[in-house]
Amino acid sequence: MNANNVLIKVQGLKKHYNGGAVKALDGIDCEIHSGEVVVIIGPSGSGKSTFLRSLNLLETPTEGSIIFDGADITDPKSNINRHRQKMGMVFQHFNLFPHMTVLKNMTLAPVKLLKKSKDDANKTALELLDKVGLRDRANAYPSQLSGGQKQRVAIVRALCMEPEVMLFDEPTSALDPEMVGEVLEVMKALARDGMTMAVVTHEMGFAREVADRVIFVDQGLIVEEGTPEEIFGNPKSPRLKDFLSKVI
Amino acid sequence: MLDAIASWWASFSNDFYRNFILKDRWKYLANGLGKTLEITLFAVIIGIVLGFIVAIICSTFAKTGKLKIGNFFCRIYLTVIRGTPMVIQLMIMYFIILLPLGVDKTVTAILAFGINSGAYVAEIVRGGIMSVDEGQMEAGRSLGFGYVATMWHIILPQAFKAVLPALANEFIVLMKETSVCAFIGLNDLTRGGDIIRGVTYSDFMPLIAVALIYLAMVMVLSYFVKLLERRLRSSER
Repeated sequence: MNANNVLIKVQGLKKHYNGGAVKALDGIDCEIHSGEVVVIIGPSGSGKSTFLRSLNLLETPTEGSIIFDGADITDPKSNINRHRQKMGMVFQHFNLFPHMTVLKNMTLAPVKLLKKSKDDANKTALELLDKVGLRDRANAYPSQLSGGQKQRVAIVRALCMEPEVMLFDEPTSALDPEMVGEVLEVMKALARDGMTMAVVTHEMGFAREVADRVIFVDQGLIVEEGTPEEIFGNPKSPRLKDFLSKVI
Repeated sequence: MLDAIASWWASFSNDFYRNFILKDRWKYLANGLGKTLEITLFAVIIGIVLGFIVAIICSTFAKTGKLKIGNFFCRIYLTVIRGTPMVIQLMIMYFIILLPLGVDKTVTAILAFGINSGAYVAEIVRGGIMSVDEGQMEAGRSLGFGYVATMWHIILPQAFKAVLPALANEFIVLMKETSVCAFIGLNDLTRGGDIIRGVTYSDFMPLIAVALIYLAMVMVLSYFVKLLERRLRSSER
């Protein structure tokens, strides 16, 4: 696919609570291209997570549209379950299924939704586990894993569906500091392999190193966006300057 | 001292003979036990199915606001069943609803106890569903599973595991509660003991025997639940 292909196009996205009293998102326009790594930063409560979670409709937007792969997924007639199969998501709190082994966590959706054979799904899952160095944990239960291991499993669980885009919602925020690195490494490898990624994070080092584009969100709006060099090296808006002075 | 024991033993064995062996009176207990088990087993099945359906409807309403009408009827069901005594429900079911239709007493009891148990199972399971972390639903949905599929594959197994002890307790209560079947003249275990009392005029033997049989059933049931719990807990090692 051409790197300039628009994979996700967001238009006028708004999310209001309490009949407009709280404006989590207040009109976001944004495009994410195939193969691009977009990192979304901003203060807490800025709406960055809401924005990311809107992309696969875990949050239902109040207004606006999201075009994914040429289809308007905010259209009530569109089958969101089908679209979600193509949008992997990784959560802050991993959300592994505690009653299933690692392997079962990874193969459940491919077997039930993509109608893959069990052998096929297992093979893919084991290969992916191999890549993230967890092949020997295939038959462990989530409670037997460390936080970093859980998050790596969560990433490959999403990858098992062969998504076109991966959404990361603060993937390292719930980790002990010494486990952040191993998760970021997996994400960097994924980016190198050309995966389209949208990442909400507080890891500015990761943003600087991996992002093609950084979006700064505050008060439900995109305040500034650009390459990591522009955002971190030459921030223009006072709010971004203020934010960066606090986090770096 | 020895004389006292000997005379006690003589009267005990005589009582035992009169109450259970003579004229095969033990069969009242055996047949009654069969009925009690039959009613309990089928009532449990109805209770589980009904309870899970009601629980899913109620918790879906609580979480998403959908199924408003279904939730309304479920609330009525829960209120009425939990607000009236089991014996009254059983008698209404028999004398008012099903007797005119010519329905068999055992079927009546199964339905009445099943419907009753369903209400308690529903409350237990609803609590279980609500206790599963919201992230589990989100993770399931984000993979592309629909609401129902996520419920089935991801939420319910976890909820079931969490509420198993409470469910087991409910079924133990249900089994003992079937002893009120005598109110519609159904020959269950309790009534079997009563029939023996009626002909032998002794209280001790039949009542203690009935009590011991209930106790044994509860202990066996508890044992199996413990086994099941241990199996389900394998993911928490």
